[in-house]
Amino acid sequence: MHALRAVFAPTCSPFREKPFLLERLMLIESGSPVAADTRVGISLTINGQHRELQVAPWTTLLDLLRETLDLTGTKKGCDHGQCGACTVLVDGVRVNSCLALAVMKDGAEVTTVEGLAGLSNGGAGSNGLHPMQAAFVEHDAFQCGYCTPGQLCSSVGMMNEGHAHSRDEIREAMSGNICRCGAYTNIVDAIEDVMAQDGAAQDLGAAR
Amino acid sequence: MTQTFSSTGHDSFVGTPRNRVDGPAKVTGLAKYAGEFTAADLAHGYVVSSAIARGRISAIDTAAAEAVPGVIKVLTHENRSRTAWLDYNYQDAVAPPGSPFRALYDDKIAFSGQPVALVVAEDFETARHAATLVKVAYEAEEPKTSADAVRAFAYDPPKKRAGIKPPPKPWGDADAAYDAAPIKLQNEYRLAVEHHNPMEPHASTVVYEGDGKYTVYDKVQGVSNSHNYLAAVFGLKKDDVRVLNPYLGGGFGSGLRPQYQLFLAMLAARDLERSVRVVLTRDQMWSFTYRPDAIQTVSLGSGEDGQLQALRHDAIGVTSHYEDYQEVVVNWSGVLYKCDNVALTYKIAQLDTASPGDMRAPGAVTGVFAIETAMDELAHEAGLDPIALRLRNFSEADATSEDKPFGSKALKACFTQGAERFGWAKRTPAPRSMREGHELVGWGMATGVWESMMQQSSAHAILSADGKLEVGNSTGDIGTGTYTILTQIAADTLGLPMEDVTTKLGDTRLPEAPVAGGSWTAASSGTAVMKACRNVGEQVFKLARAMEGSPLANVDFDRVSFANGRIAVAGDDSRSVALVDVLKAAGVETVEATESAGPDKDFASQYEAYTHSAVFVEVRVDEELGQIRLTRVVSAVAAGKILNPKTARSQILGGVVMGIGSALHEESMMDHRLGRFMNHNLGEYHVPANADIYDIDVIFVDEEDKANPLGVKGLGEIGIVGTAAAVANAVFHATGKRIRHLPITIDKVLG
Repeated sequence: MHALRAVFAPTCSPFREKPFLLERLMLIESGSPVAADTRVGISLTINGQHRELQVAPWTTLLDLLRETLDLTGTKKGCDHGQCGACTVLVDGVRVNSCLALAVMKDGAEVTTVEGLAGLSNGGAGSNGLHPMQAAFVEHDAFQCGYCTPGQLCSSVGMMNEGHAHSRDEIREAMSGNICRCGAYTNIVDAIEDVMAQDGAAQDLGAAR
Repeated sequence: MTQTFSSTGHDSFVGTPRNRVDGPAKVTGLAKYAGEFTAADLAHGYVVSSAIARGRISAIDTAAAEAVPGVIKVLTHENRSRTAWLDYNYQDAVAPPGSPFRALYDDKIAFSGQPVALVVAEDFETARHAATLVKVAYEAEEPKTSADAVRAFAYDPPKKRAGIKPPPKPWGDADAAYDAAPIKLQNEYRLAVEHHNPMEPHASTVVYEGDGKYTVYDKVQGVSNSHNYLAAVFGLKKDDVRVLNPYLGGGFGSGLRPQYQLFLAMLAARDLERSVRVVLTRDQMWSFTYRPDAIQTVSLGSGEDGQLQALRHDAIGVTSHYEDYQEVVVNWSGVLYKCDNVALTYKIAQLDTASPGDMRAPGAVTGVFAIETAMDELAHEAGLDPIALRLRNFSEADATSEDKPFGSKALKACFTQGAERFGWAKRTPAPRSMREGHELVGWGMATGVWESMMQQSSAHAILSADGKLEVGNSTGDIGTGTYTILTQIAADTLGLPMEDVTTKLGDTRLPEAPVAGGSWTAASSGTAVMKACRNVGEQVFKLARAMEGSPLANVDFDRVSFANGRIAVAGDDSRSVALVDVLKAAGVETVEATESAGPDKDFASQYEAYTHSAVFVEVRVDEELGQIRLTRVVSAVAAGKILNPKTARSQILGGVVMGIGSALHEESMMDHRLGRFMNHNLGEYHVPANADIYDIDVIFVDEEDKANPLGVKGLGEIGIVGTAAAVANAVFHATGKRIRHLPITIDKVLG
C-alpha cells in the first residue's frame, strides 16, 4: 500500500478546508515522491466495467467519477464527508467518495447510482430499476433529488451491513445522508418496504 | 370570478396521488444539475474569498497562482473587463431596493467571504490549488455584525421592496389599551441566523457557443431571472444567451436571485471566449444570502377571559450596507387575531454582511414564531387551552387590509382535525404534568399562516399528430413537484393519459414564467398550462367539427368534454372523435397555443388569500441531560385544492423538518470580532438528520377557494410556518421553561 504524508501550510483564507491537505500531499511509493498532479496508473471496476485509468494523486474518487468519467449521478454536496451525497459502494461497502483519493482505491469494485440496477441478483425490475430505486419513487422519498443517489447507495450498503432491522435503527444508520428537502420519513418507509420484500437480504446487492 | 378546475373536463389525475414524473431520472442519476453540464473546452473557476468582513484590498498578488501549470487566468478587480455601469442593470426580478453586489467590482470589502478573485484553470484540482496561492493584503476595518449592536440605528426603509407589504397603520390605541389590560405580557423573541444550505452548492456552467453566443446552466429558481440579469449586466442580446436549469438541487430561496458564481462564470467565459464552470464550496454557501435575525418584541394585553385588548408586535430586522432587504415579519399578528388596538412596526438595521434574502416563508417563520409563542404564554396566563384562546381571538377578516374578508379560511377545521389526530384532548394543561420514564413529555401547538399568491405566468402546449402533448414554461421545479402537477393538469384538460404528456421547464426558450418561490408556482404556471391546453382543445374541437360527417356537428365547445384521448359530447360518449384522428383528417402535424395567466383582479379587490395550518408537536425532554426528542408532529393544512396528495404531503413534511431545524438545530454563529460565520460547514451547522425526525402526520383539510381557476393556494412555505413555535410551546409544556430564543439547545434547557 501507499504511504501517505501530508504537509500543511498556513492560510489566510476564511475557509480553511480539506483542499489544503490535498494540495500539499505528496504520495510516496517505494520511497520515491510523486507530485500531487502527476498521473499514476490504477485499475477500477466501475459498475461492472473494468477500467485502466491515469489519475493524479490529488483527485478524489468523487471528482474522478464526476469530472473524468462523466458519472455525474454521484453528487458533491459538501466535499467534506459531512453530507453523504457522494456515497458510493466500494467493494459493497458504503463510502464517502469525496473523502477517498482515487489512487487509494486501486483494484476496487465501485458501484454508483448509475450501476445500482445491475446490482440486484434478480436483475432490475421491469422498470429497469433496483428495488430500492423503485421504492424511493413509490414512497416519494426525495424532492429535489440531489441527495438521492447517495441515499440509495447508502441504503443498499446499510442493508449489506445487516445491522439495521427496526425503524429506529434505520434512521440511525441513515443519518450520514442529509436530505435538506426533509424526505426522511419517506426514505425510511422506502427502505422498510424493500426490507420486507421476500429474500431481500440476498437480492439487494449483497453480491458484492 | 373564475371557474373552478373541474369545468375543464374530468379530474382523472388532478387530486389523486401520483408518483413524480421526474422520479426515474432522479433515482438513476440521469437528472443533470447546473454544475454537471460540460463542454469540450470547459475550464474550471475557483473562487478566492475575502478573509475580512469590512475594509479594502490593499494589494493582490496573483503571480504565484498564474505560474501554476494549467492555470489560464486569475480574474480580480484589477483586471476584470467592463460590465454595465448603472445599478438598475444588476437588479434582478426579486432584488430589494439598493445597489446589488457586484463581484470583483473594486477594492472594497463589504462582507466576509466576498469573492476577491476567480482562478480559472484547465482542471478543478489545479484551480483549487492555485486559489490558495493568491496573496491578498487587506486594510481591515472593524465590522459590525450583531443586530444588538446596531439596533439603535434601525430605520424605516425609505424605499419599499416590491411585493412586500409594509406594516399597516396602527388602529385603536395599543399602548393605552395595554396599560389598562388585566393581563399583560411583553417579551423579546429571537431566532438564529440560518443558511439555506440546499444540498446542491451554487453552480453555473457557461458554455461558449462561439460568435458571442452562450448556453448557460445556472442553479437558479427561475431561469428568466438569470437570463435578464446576464443580458443587462453583460450587454448581451437576449437571443444570444440561453439559460437552462432542468433540475435544481434544492433552493429554499437561495436560488431566487442570480448569485455571484453566475456573474463570475460569465465574466470569465466572455474574457476567455471559452466555456467556464464555477461551483461554490459548501463553505462558500455562507458567503451570500441568509435568513436574517430579528429583534422582536410582542406585547399582548387581554382580559381575564383571554380576549385580546392590545397587540403590539415590533421588529428590527437586519440588512446589508448596500441593499434594504425587507420581509413581512409583523403583519401576521394582525392577520391572525382580532383585536381593537393594534400596532405593528418593522425597521431594519445595517450590518457588515452580504444581503440577507428570502428563505422558505421569509418573515413568517420569524414573526409567527414570536406571536404564536406569545399566544401560548397568554393561554397559560389566562388558564385557557391554547386552541380555545386562538378561537376566542379568531379573525374573520384581514384587519391589516381594510378588513377584507378571506377568500377562504378553513383554520378551524385544521384545529379540529389536527387535535383529533394528535389526541390533544388527553393533554393535561399544567407544565411538567406529563412524564414517561426519565423523560418529561410536552405537547404544544401553534398556528401557521402564509400568503396565497399568484404571478403573471405564461406557458405553451403543443399537441402532435401522434397524440403526444408537450407543455412547459421557464419556471423551475425546485423539488416541489411542478413537473408532475403540470403533467396532471395538462393530461386532465385534454383527456390524455399522463404518459402521453411531457412537461418541460427551466429553459428560456420556453414561454416566460416567474421564479419558483412564494408558493405561487402551482397557481401561476398551473393556470397558464391549463389555459394553453384549453386553447389547444378548442382548436382541435374546431377542426373536429369541420370533419366530414363530424359526430360533433352543431355542438358548442362548452358542451364537449375531453377524455381517453377523445373529444365527446358531454354525457353522450357515442358522439366522440379521437384527437389523433382529428389532426390526421385535418392534415396538421401539431396544434399549438401559448397562453398567459395572472392574478384575478376582481377577486383581489374583494378578498385576501392566505394558507393556514395548525401544528401539533410532542417533545420528550430528558430532565437531567436536557436532550430533546421530537417524537410526533401533526400538521393540519388548509391550502385550497390539493393537486397531488403525494407530492403535496412531501412538501409539508419538508417544511416541518426545516421548521424542526429552526426550532432545535440551525444556528449560523457569527464571530463578531471577525464578522465571520464560524460554523460554515454541515458538520457544525446542524440541519436535521434522519435520526432527528420521528413521525410526521400531514392532514389536508377541505377548503374551496376561488382565487384562481384551479382553486389552489400553494404549499411550499406553509409547512414550516408555526412549527418552531409549536416546538417551543411543547418544550414549555414539558419543562415549564419558556425559551424565546431559537434554537432550543441543551444549554438553554438546562440553563
